[in-house]
Amino acid sequence: MTEGITFYAIFFAAIFTNNILLTNYLGMCSFLAVSREVKTSVGLGMAVIFVMAVTSALNWLAYRYILVPLDLVYLRYIIFIVIIAAFVQLIEMIIERVSDSLYASLGIFLPLITVNCAILGVSLFMIIRDYHFLSSFFYGLGSGIGWALAIVAMAGIRQKMTRSRVPKGLAGAGITLIIAGIMALAFMGFSGMIKIS
Amino acid sequence: MPVQALLIGIGAICGVSTFLAILMVIADATIANYGDVKIKINEDKEVEVTGGKPLLSSLMEQRIFIPSACGGRGSCGLCKVKVTSDAGEYLPTELPWITDEEKKDNIRLACQLKLKKDISIRIPEELFNVKEYLAEVVSLKDLTYDIKQVTLKLINPDDISFKAGQYIQFKVPEYEMTAEPVYRAYSMASHPSRKNEVELEVRLVSNGICTTYIFEHLKAGDSVTINGPYGDFFLRDTDSDIIFIAGGSGMAPIKSILNDMADRGVERNIVYFFGARSVRDLFLLEEMKELEKKLHNFTFVPALSEPQLGENWKGETGLITEVLDRHLKSGENVEAYLCGSPGMIDATKEVLIKRGVPEGLIYYDKFG
Repeated sequence: MTEGITFYAIFFAAIFTNNILLTNYLGMCSFLAVSREVKTSVGLGMAVIFVMAVTSALNWLAYRYILVPLDLVYLRYIIFIVIIAAFVQLIEMIIERVSDSLYASLGIFLPLITVNCAILGVSLFMIIRDYHFLSSFFYGLGSGIGWALAIVAMAGIRQKMTRSRVPKGLAGAGITLIIAGIMALAFMGFSGMIKIS
Repeated sequence: MPVQALLIGIGAICGVSTFLAILMVIADATIANYGDVKIKINEDKEVEVTGGKPLLSSLMEQRIFIPSACGGRGSCGLCKVKVTSDAGEYLPTELPWITDEEKKDNIRLACQLKLKKDISIRIPEELFNVKEYLAEVVSLKDLTYDIKQVTLKLINPDDISFKAGQYIQFKVPEYEMTAEPVYRAYSMASHPSRKNEVELEVRLVSNGICTTYIFEHLKAGDSVTINGPYGDFFLRDTDSDIIFIAGGSGMAPIKSILNDMADRGVERNIVYFFGARSVRDLFLLEEMKELEKKLHNFTFVPALSEPQLGENWKGETGLITEVLDRHLKSGENVEAYLCGSPGMIDATKEVLIKRGVPEGLIYYDKFG
């Protein structure tokens, strides 16, 4: 229940203490694949923030006003995925139409996000934790920012790492996963500051 | 009431999906609808195409073919086109293929650039001559254990005009090794005067998508699609002496050029160095002997780098660079045409430059 937890507490918790990437290890595939350069990871991070915030709100509405009244809660996985996919597709079309530069920096990452498990994870967590509409939106926004923060930090580290000698067997995904683990340990330092679940 | 619950579930999924599908269809017809856009080519020709699609495929619909090996996935970086109007910013998918130099010239990848408004582009004039041909395989012949001669008869259109030395692109349809059609470039070995026929010399590359298709699937009588001609590897019209250097299937364009010279009665001094590993890698020796008789002053110099003991080889031995170094005394008044692997071309180019052949007179066709 959300008693006593305001939406801004949820917002900050989603960024730091309950960072979806570093505490739940969701959204790993694009995190590993697109964290080679700070510039591209910022683009992907922005796209994730936007999509997470909006889809969590959309999915909350679909859940509350379609699934719950019809007693179809067990269909949430399918419905959520369909809504996320359609939304992402729509946004991609719109961005392509209105701005070349936005499309160049953000649009090409959108198809990657459709299948990002962190996005679906956010929608499912907000249902499990029984958030209100506003809380859900801020939870999505916060989780997106937290995810973006983690990938940009990782990209910064990996960019530096190009100049260091990584043992051959660890190069690439191996060392990235180890670093992600250490980052997760560091983020544990925030735990206990805010509690949301 | 499980049946009712099931029906409600199905209904809900269908309802939501239908709603979203309708939304997408509307979006596709409005947001993603760019109407017709005009492509102005070389300040002269203008074509109208449906907007929203990549430049490469839009041009292809207009029967204008820009060379591309991957079929528009942005993975070969070949379909470069100079854009003279404003076409927006570079996409991250283009950047790996575009050098800083090309950026200044506003060179874009045609397969990534989507047409949203009228555009002006500049393409080499010769690309207008490029057509797509439907052809039939007449014969497949083994020239060596790993090189096949493929002869195609053109069906529609039924004749091709090209300069000896140019290449075509061979379309590999979907099969086990590729989920979508891909294109691979092969030099034409045929006479330019035989307009109804295209001959290719294909060397087997292990796990190569196109060569595996040609070696294991293609049969006489099959239909294939090619497009061309492309390339600027052809004989320059001067009086200088000519050196040809080739290895393996690099024979193809040189053979075409030699036959063309014989047909036209060109009288120039020609030496042709052909590098191979051992006797079993040599081919078309008879045809070269014929050409030595037909041409005014032509010498064919096959050289083996690893002749086998039993082969009783009496000709030149050594790497092609060593043989060239021994034969070529001075690079004065010499034009060189090289065709083969990048390694061979770079190495022989060095020898030529050392002997005084100006870099600008060394023409080459690198087989990647």
